[in-house]
Amino acid sequence: MNEALLRQLVPAVIGVLVRRGADFASAEDAVQEALIRALDSWPQDPPRDPKGWLVAAAWRKFLDATRAETSRRGRELAVELEPPAGPVPADDDTLRLYFLCAHPTLPQGSAVALTLRAVGGLTTRQIAAAYLVPEATMAQRISRAKRRIAGASFDQPGDLATVLRVLYLVFNEGYGGHVDLAAEAIRLTRQLVALTAEPEVSGLLALMLLHHARRASRTGPGGRLVPLAEQDRTRWDTGLITEGVAILQAALARDRLGEYQAQAAIAALHADAQTAAETDWAQIVEWYDELLLLTGSPVVRLNRAVAVGEAQGPRAGLAALADVSPDLPRYAAVTAYLCERSGDLERAADLYAEAARAATSVPERDHLTREAARVRQLLRR
Amino acid sequence: MKYLLLKHYRGGPTPAVDYPPMDRWTPEEVDAHLQFMRDFAARLEETGEFVETQALLTEGAFVRSGGPGQPPVTDGPFAETKDLIAGWYVIDVESWDRAVELAGELSAAPGPGGKPICEWLEVRPFFAAAPAE
Repeated sequence: MNEALLRQLVPAVIGVLVRRGADFASAEDAVQEALIRALDSWPQDPPRDPKGWLVAAAWRKFLDATRAETSRRGRELAVELEPPAGPVPADDDTLRLYFLCAHPTLPQGSAVALTLRAVGGLTTRQIAAAYLVPEATMAQRISRAKRRIAGASFDQPGDLATVLRVLYLVFNEGYGGHVDLAAEAIRLTRQLVALTAEPEVSGLLALMLLHHARRASRTGPGGRLVPLAEQDRTRWDTGLITEGVAILQAALARDRLGEYQAQAAIAALHADAQTAAETDWAQIVEWYDELLLLTGSPVVRLNRAVAVGEAQGPRAGLAALADVSPDLPRYAAVTAYLCERSGDLERAADLYAEAARAATSVPERDHLTREAARVRQLLRR
Repeated sequence: MKYLLLKHYRGGPTPAVDYPPMDRWTPEEVDAHLQFMRDFAARLEETGEFVETQALLTEGAFVRSGGPGQPPVTDGPFAETKDLIAGWYVIDVESWDRAVELAGELSAAPGPGGKPICEWLEVRPFFAAAPAE
């Protein structure tokens, strides 16, 4: 049994413990300890019924912990709540676990960490490594998050929109250490798709798959950023693209459009183009219009200006920037690009340099610095 | 023994070489510089002397307490006037001499025309862990 398969069992096992009367925080702790034991002993001694093994081990851990806390109460619990013999019920409370971990009262960072642990089954050490913080720090964040939702009922969870936002956050964190958070987010979103019939969940999964398909081509040697137009499209993962498009089409057919479906539609149109020049920018602009209606987001407005610039020419793109706030991240970079295309190289170079100074990641800064250098070289010719 | 190699946007001794900001180099010069930085870190990892490296955004400010019940007081940003830290490397090496040697190598990163930029780097030793009783 591989680790991913083992982790898949975690939310169901927490659900069983909670249904048997454990509070969420203790159940989660107990399952973590059982999980660490399983990772340790299963390679030599694989159980016949993995889920049953985990439930039994976690339940023992839970009882031990409860006994240690108050020995008298613990003994009573142990008698009262001794699990019935026989197979573990197949249905689980995984969906409610998703909602609980993404509870609206939790700060986003805590919701992400808790989701990775309780639903994703990652150990605190793995989550800490992914976020490049010390394990003790991550342990604190997680226990604080659990304390915070201690009063939240397992039956009155948060909303789906928050769950989707948390999963998308995980996806966008990328990867560090041994845990690939993008792949983890896809795994969890797949699980969520199986649990709900909401088209936006499928929309988010499609979006992740379509982005993920381009991942290998997004960076060059030494982590250098490669912009979409320059990416080697033969390196795109056609399997993921086909799957993403199929999931998206099924979701769109349900006729309940949401922002993730609209974003996935844009990603699908990019994926569909054999070369950058064949991109159907007119249709992309239409999807940005939909997205703007759905979200009213200034970032969408900014990205729409890029699409307008491609579909109707750089001057139209610059005109579309008129009602976008210059304070937005990437505003200077977008303006620089449109200026360059419209032939205003002087302004483009200055704006690329300005964008580089304001960049929030090293690869982005290096890329924009190089763009400024490139345009200035054109000017010198 | 751990050392901090501190890179400054400005500040420190008078620059030895006067070079324009990187966005005024040629794209090839930019690439060569960035490649040098990556190679430097990779080489340190190979020798087991690499600990970490971080880059910092230029923006920032000085902040101090505004007193009980008051919001903190900020001063700055000073992007145009004061010394700014651009980022750092932490290395773990045998000796001070080795730290100085590596700082010298890093400072020789290529700039315009492939010539070393010879930027000043601040080298600072870390305190050791408390001695065992």
